[in-house]
Amino acid sequence: MNASIDIAAAFDPRALRQQFPIFARNPGLVFLDTAASAQKPRAVIEGLSDYYSSDYANVHRGVYHLSARSTERFEQARGTVRRFLNAADDSEIVFVRGATEGINLVAQCWGGVFLRAGDQVIVSELEHHSNIVPWQFLRDRIGIELLVAPIDASGGLDLKAFEHLLSPRTKLVAMTHVANVTGHILPVRDVVRLAHARGAKVLLDGCQALPRIPVDVQELDCDFYVFSGHKMYGPTGIGGLYGKRAILNTMPPWQGGGDMIETVTFEKSTFQPPPARFEAGTPDISGAIGLALALDFLSAVGRDAIFAHETALTAHAIARLRDIPGLTIVASGAHQIGVVSFTVDGVHPHDLATVLDTHNVAVRAGHHCAQPLMDRLGLDATTRASFGVYSDESDIDALIGAVEAARRIFGA
Amino acid sequence: MDLRELYQDVILDHARHPRNFRGLPDPSHLAHGHNPLCGDRVTIFMKIESGRIADVSFDGRGCAISTASASLMTEILMGLTPEQGEQVFAAFHARVTSGDTLVLAPELEDAAERLEPLTGVRGYPARVKCATLAWHAFDAALKNGVPGDTVKTE
Repeated sequence: MNASIDIAAAFDPRALRQQFPIFARNPGLVFLDTAASAQKPRAVIEGLSDYYSSDYANVHRGVYHLSARSTERFEQARGTVRRFLNAADDSEIVFVRGATEGINLVAQCWGGVFLRAGDQVIVSELEHHSNIVPWQFLRDRIGIELLVAPIDASGGLDLKAFEHLLSPRTKLVAMTHVANVTGHILPVRDVVRLAHARGAKVLLDGCQALPRIPVDVQELDCDFYVFSGHKMYGPTGIGGLYGKRAILNTMPPWQGGGDMIETVTFEKSTFQPPPARFEAGTPDISGAIGLALALDFLSAVGRDAIFAHETALTAHAIARLRDIPGLTIVASGAHQIGVVSFTVDGVHPHDLATVLDTHNVAVRAGHHCAQPLMDRLGLDATTRASFGVYSDESDIDALIGAVEAARRIFGA
Repeated sequence: MDLRELYQDVILDHARHPRNFRGLPDPSHLAHGHNPLCGDRVTIFMKIESGRIADVSFDGRGCAISTASASLMTEILMGLTPEQGEQVFAAFHARVTSGDTLVLAPELEDAAERLEPLTGVRGYPARVKCATLAWHAFDAALKNGVPGDTVKTE
């Protein structure tokens, strides 16, 4: 699969950009919205076309060779995800539509079954709505308590305060690995250690972390890990849920349908073991294969190199942005990666994003699906620049120039 | 698209120095507008007496476009009948969405003219709601009296 990937020996965003057709089709595009969704490398785009052209048929059903080949590629994709996360077994990888579905699956099939009124779930103030609302559903349905671990002065997780929240009633800690608004890397090893010491399970939201940080779920020892494929340079509509096998085995099915059953009579059905138990219906076959192509791409680029690149570029962006009068970096202080949020005095983030757009600079403006964090920070909205493997210092230069232009227009 | 078409001087002036930017102690009509996409919030206060908008004001937080739109709207609505206000809204909405120009009564042509600088948002689809938020709140206030529900943009 890697034959079509031509990676330069040294990490070179300029060279990598050649692998993303979007940049050739949109000359001058300064794409700083990778945290919302990453652009797709040719290996994914053409690999999908190749799969549809060469190997496509439904999976897990056909006796014929083509279906067997398609099934093999689909299951190989699961193996690719397993290796990428260093999970112990392929059966620990459930294909879902994205992190949102992964969290909802855990909330309903684990939380909805094993939690009781008065049990506590802890999230952090840094969460995306997708790691808040499913737990609120559960709270309203069965009466669990939802506790919120606060941020500290630097905008990172206040580990001491988190530790104080833990109690024997804590059954689950659901937390992001990297904050989508501020780019903070959370101390997830400490979170897992402290939570496990109290007998609580841990779910980590890896949406922003997994494309940027080498992740080993066995070493982290988290119980669940979720991610979205489209933020990993893969297709939309596919993502992954990792769950420890011993836990997945205890969980009932997610949706009912084909592929997830062993036997069906009108009286009773029995269900497949994980992961099939959680994958009713024809899966997103091409999505899974495209995801695997994207993960192969990232592995070929080098995950340690990506981590180093995005760490350095984020620090560079923060340092450059700080030089602009009236510009405030949102909650900066700790180790941040991939994401910088900021405000500019006298220029509303929405106006700023429009001006940046006219300079061909694509950023996100708004609350970034993290309204509770915005409220906590006393902000209505921020402008967010986020980076990917194709981002480099020239993108930051363009951003700075466009922000200065906006300040001139608004007399800020 | 030239940015100056969107951020004309009159827009920037109203954004920096919004008119009628205050609450009303005893409104006969009130509504909150919220654009959940960007977090913009506006509250429209009105006092309708003898079939005319005797006073109208707003407060809230938002971008330059939504602030300028609310500010211009209060100036335009002052003294009109609610029906005239609705007619101006309908014409403005058509201008910024479909681009159509509705025929207005002669006494309302000046109002439409004054809103022309805001029609630059047509070139920026994501920003149309910024320009119409205050007007949607005005519309909701007329329909609901006090207290109004929060109206969301389209």
